[in-house]
Amino acid sequence: MLNELFTLATLIGILHSGVRLATPYLFAALGETFAQRSGVLNLGVDGMMLMGAFTAFYVAFNGGNLWLAVAAAIGVGCLMGLLMGVVSVTMQAEQGISGIGLYLFGLGLSSLLFKTLIGSVESVSGFPKLALPLLSDLPIIGYIFFDHNVLVYLAYLMVPVTAFVLNRTTFGLSIRAVGHNPEAADSLGVSVNRVRYVTLIIGGGLAGVAGASLSIGLLNVFQENMTNGLGFIAVALVYFGSWRAVGVLGGALLFSLVNALQLWVQVLGIPIPSDIAVMLPYVLTIVVLTLTVRQIQQPAALTKPYERGE
Amino acid sequence: MRGIVKRFPGVLACDAVDFDIRRGEVHALLGENGAGKSTLMKILYGLYSHEEGTILLNGEPVSIRTPTDAIELGIGMIHQHFMLVDTLTVTENVALGLPSSRGPLLDLDRVAARIRELSETYRLDVNPDALVWTLAVGERQRVEIIKALYRGAALLILDEPTAVLTPQEVDDLFHILRRMTQDGHSLIFISHKLHEVLNISDRITVLREGKLMGTVPAQGMSRADLARMMVGRDVLLERNRSPVAQGSARLVLENVSALGVTGHESLRGVSLQIHAGEILGVAGVSGNGQRELAEVIAGLRAVTSGWVEMDGLDVTGQAAGERTQTGFAYIPEERMHDGVVREFSVSENLILQDHTRPPYSKGIFLDFAHIAQHSQELVRNFRVKTPGIETPTKSLSGGNIQKLILARELARLPKVLVAAQPTRGVDIGAMEYIHQRLLDQRETGTATLLISEDLDEVLALSDRIAVMYEGRVMDIVKREETSAEELGLLMAGVYPER
Repeated sequence: MLNELFTLATLIGILHSGVRLATPYLFAALGETFAQRSGVLNLGVDGMMLMGAFTAFYVAFNGGNLWLAVAAAIGVGCLMGLLMGVVSVTMQAEQGISGIGLYLFGLGLSSLLFKTLIGSVESVSGFPKLALPLLSDLPIIGYIFFDHNVLVYLAYLMVPVTAFVLNRTTFGLSIRAVGHNPEAADSLGVSVNRVRYVTLIIGGGLAGVAGASLSIGLLNVFQENMTNGLGFIAVALVYFGSWRAVGVLGGALLFSLVNALQLWVQVLGIPIPSDIAVMLPYVLTIVVLTLTVRQIQQPAALTKPYERGE
Repeated sequence: MRGIVKRFPGVLACDAVDFDIRRGEVHALLGENGAGKSTLMKILYGLYSHEEGTILLNGEPVSIRTPTDAIELGIGMIHQHFMLVDTLTVTENVALGLPSSRGPLLDLDRVAARIRELSETYRLDVNPDALVWTLAVGERQRVEIIKALYRGAALLILDEPTAVLTPQEVDDLFHILRRMTQDGHSLIFISHKLHEVLNISDRITVLREGKLMGTVPAQGMSRADLARMMVGRDVLLERNRSPVAQGSARLVLENVSALGVTGHESLRGVSLQIHAGEILGVAGVSGNGQRELAEVIAGLRAVTSGWVEMDGLDVTGQAAGERTQTGFAYIPEERMHDGVVREFSVSENLILQDHTRPPYSKGIFLDFAHIAQHSQELVRNFRVKTPGIETPTKSLSGGNIQKLILARELARLPKVLVAAQPTRGVDIGAMEYIHQRLLDQRETGTATLLISEDLDEVLALSDRIAVMYEGRVMDIVKREETSAEELGLLMAGVYPER
């Protein structure tokens, strides 16, 4: 049966799924990259994703336009980013703890809303496949890369966009400075708190889209806790990617490919206990993080609230 | 600035201070730590608010509430701890916080071109594309000056700019500053180094405990005059070092290498000997292995090769606690981190390393009566200013905490003493006292290793001076046979021609 895994058709299938499954990782981890580069560790990504996923699903379920659904998910994500900002930037709460609080809040609220407003597991018709003209006709590569729904393309587009904003704009320079030496930025009139609020709100909005990409793009259902810790992996991916957009892309692809492999192993009925297969991406997270993180790249002020004065 | 008043909880930091500066002038602001110099300047730069008083610029009252206000008014500040982002390039550091000619997009090429112009004009030699962490301290300071000039600063505040420089770098800096004043820039020079203040300034304002002591022209003032204004009494500026007969080698390091905090080799084959009754000064720009040297001798850092001998015994493998028992004392560089437990009381800190042994404990119990008596005695003998021996240590001033550490370490009657930056951040009075204690200790036959970034201190106290550069001892010279210039070259890694 193992032979089946290595047929060309299966390999193409795994690669196709891998490219597709990277979508939520990319949105969430790129958003988290903004926050962390400015010095805020937001562990609440998973909760933000759940709220985004529910909001998008709810709008679509009630017949709303899919783009309206995405916009609503972004709005809810931004609000949660704002909330994280109030708690961790203005009130200077311990970032790790407030992030976990935000996660539990998103988890609980999305479950509650789901039970009261929808009740049972339903499905919607999400974004349809959008085969790109010409490109999707290429042999093999066309199917792997250019035969997906529009959110998948957007996720990959966000990689150069993130890199551009961080490295080529004045705001990006402020983000990098604030994350590394907030005193220096402050002494030049850059508002540390404003920058951190904005990055948290951007991060929240992208986490909202990440959630929407699950509920109306990839799976087209909503379930309680449907992210299954994906938001936490997104946080780890930022470390894995050394706080750079391209690094995050590499990490997201690695994890989604392992995930795709694990799904196909189950589909083909290869006799590996499914529990072990499902564990693979998580085990990989730990192994890769222990081996790769280069502390030197880490924003020096990460997790440290900023207060002016001695 | 007229009648400036600033209060911190429990302290009057600035008490109706007047200060003025003219165009094209260097005006020095002189005072001990806590005299209010930095506070006054932070008010001028918009980092602190003031409760009373007015600030006038060209005769007009102005309101400066944030650094942005100050920058717009043409005021720049060079902080004692550089305000640079290590991971960014020089150009990016200069561009930070400024609007770009291309709207939201960066215009780093134009910024770099302007930086080249400025470095040309003022001979501020710096590569705009270099990452800041790769730059030496002197270069970083030039980046700070460029940053301020780029923002059109007409008035520049320099907070202790020479504290981290070698004598040659100080000369370079003074050349740059003079060129700037010729161009009409006004400079405020904060310092407590008297000879530098006399060298560079046109006028000098002295503050003491938040009060204005007076503003005087630099011409015709002597160091002793200024010291009296700063401290309020006559201060002994020269140290009396009587000749002491030197005994056998008490501390020997042979070819010692060790790794630094970053995991790189920070000590490379250091060999030195200190005899009984001798002070060996270690000079060098900070970060050239001095800290690692102190920690290796104290037993807080493992050696990768070589050995350490104290009083004829090989102690290379011994833990810190064992070394103290054989007559070793250590005054660490980071007094608040490594010297005391901040939250402990004065008496608890005074018995710290010896608390498990008689006479401070009986069996497993502490002997409080004896501890109290012993603490009272030390506090009195070492003139530690404290409300009582139960006062939490963190509420004492830097100078008094340093005296407390000195009291604890010297009470052990050490044969070998390592003093790392023993007077950094302490006032002149405490400095005078600590120096005298170190010299007394020398007369009783202690072998002392004195590590200091303050070259004047090294020259005043040492019998011989070792200069460290990139983890190596460049040379060990006799104090009588050297000069600040020679030491400065060695500190920069250059062997002077003889």
